[in-house]
Amino acid sequence: MNDADTRESRPARRIPAPAQNEESKAFWDAAREHRLLLKHCRDCGKPHWYPRTICPLCFSSNTEWKESAGNGEVYSFSVQSAGVPAPFAIAYVTLEEGVSLLTNIVDCDFDQLRIGQKVQLKWTATSEEDPPVFTFAPV
Amino acid sequence: MSIKGQAYIVGAFEHPLRKIADRSNAQVHAECAAGALTDAGLSKDDIDGYFCGGDAPGFGGLSLIDYMGLKNVRHVDTTESGGSSYILHVAHAAEAIAAGRCNVALITLAGRPVGMRSGLGAEAGQRLSTLPTESAGGGISEVPEAGFEAIWGGSSHNVYGMCAMRHMYEYGTTSEQLAWIKVAASEHAQWNENALRREVVTVEQVLNSRMIASPLRLLDCCVVTDGGGALIVTRPDIARRLNRPRVKIIGAGGSPKGPMGGQKLDLTYSAAVWSGPQAFAEAGVTPQDIKYASVYDSFTITVLMQLEDLGFCNKGEGGKFVADGNLISGVGKLPINTDGGGLCNNHPGHRGGITKVVEAVRQLRGEAHPNVQVANCDLALAHGTGGLLGARHHGATLIMERE
Repeated sequence: MNDADTRESRPARRIPAPAQNEESKAFWDAAREHRLLLKHCRDCGKPHWYPRTICPLCFSSNTEWKESAGNGEVYSFSVQSAGVPAPFAIAYVTLEEGVSLLTNIVDCDFDQLRIGQKVQLKWTATSEEDPPVFTFAPV
Repeated sequence: MSIKGQAYIVGAFEHPLRKIADRSNAQVHAECAAGALTDAGLSKDDIDGYFCGGDAPGFGGLSLIDYMGLKNVRHVDTTESGGSSYILHVAHAAEAIAAGRCNVALITLAGRPVGMRSGLGAEAGQRLSTLPTESAGGGISEVPEAGFEAIWGGSSHNVYGMCAMRHMYEYGTTSEQLAWIKVAASEHAQWNENALRREVVTVEQVLNSRMIASPLRLLDCCVVTDGGGALIVTRPDIARRLNRPRVKIIGAGGSPKGPMGGQKLDLTYSAAVWSGPQAFAEAGVTPQDIKYASVYDSFTITVLMQLEDLGFCNKGEGGKFVADGNLISGVGKLPINTDGGGLCNNHPGHRGGITKVVEAVRQLRGEAHPNVQVANCDLALAHGTGGLLGARHHGATLIMERE
């Protein structure tokens, strides 16, 4: 890893590689292609988060992957400033598709962060071998 | 089947120390058990039910049952729900007693997050949160939410911070109102000689303390302490034979809350919206009847949300309810956490549930410090939130009556 990589692709907080298993493999394979997949249920018609094989809303196994547009707004956030090398923002973002997910807000002035703020998906690298992760940045 | 009147708390003990570097965790469990047995006037071999949470070292409860030589145990419950475990354990003990599974139940908690940083067998310290970690079901990769959540730097501070941020956004709750919760805790802690922080603080001091995870500041956060506690729960006829004021269990409730598929996420309420009504219905009393409440105070926001959800005030009005000393014994309408709570006194092993029951028992017995003792305290509530309020947590409510 060189300095240029650090500036361009990594936020102040180094995000670790995500834990993966057989059920989440398709999600992380798509993440390597910078596609954010949501699980939708063909029976109840709703998306859910995080993705499961069996829908947690209606318990149907008739679920399918669909790509998210990656647009959403900040539901809530907290800027951790103590006990860490550099401040970072953890947040729940509600996607246009209707699900809320836990994430980090990157590439912004944390003092300007507000609930309701529009944000957009921005992939952040973790390591050379592992998939990137779904962070968000203000539009 | 109801547990109302089926069991009594006859022994309660809070370990006096807040930093324990020179003992083992099992030793502290045993010291707490001995303290509660002495308090009750019972002996080790009377115990035939044992209850512990995730702080118990070894395999479930088996290591500690063997360590303490609890040779007559025939009923074991290792329900783990973080800091609320021990409040659930009281309810589960009452259920087991009512069903005839055991007669004398022991509940213990011990943790040494501070002391473990030094001494023989020192570790980096216990993990600070209940974010996904390894379990018997496999490593972290088998924790279903881990890949999607454990990567974001979540801590108890910032996950509870997100709850506070949203509560402020929806209801206009202010940092000053949250600060009153810490002020009340400090007013009580000054009388507790074992409390970690005994200094009385002002709203301004809370507001001027350093930011930890917005909007929560240092003095919005509970203390980090070693220690533990134990409780003895038993049958009514055994309780009547003992020479102690009787604390009757009259209602309990418990419920988990989580994101449940990420639809309609709402961080402004806790699982107390379910556990509270269950407990009040079983007890046949209302929030307005409660003379004293132990309300889990991992952070100031935890208290505010639980008070709303338990029905002590309307949703969204918690800020107004906690302000101006309303939680201070002898001053306000609802004295809470008269031992100084987790915010000032003790949060042993990052788990405050047992101290919540212990102080409620002291109040019902009339054994709280005279300067914080609630007059004619005949009905008390203890409520805990275990896990992470803004992610997955478990609420547990217990209602007790002085007989």
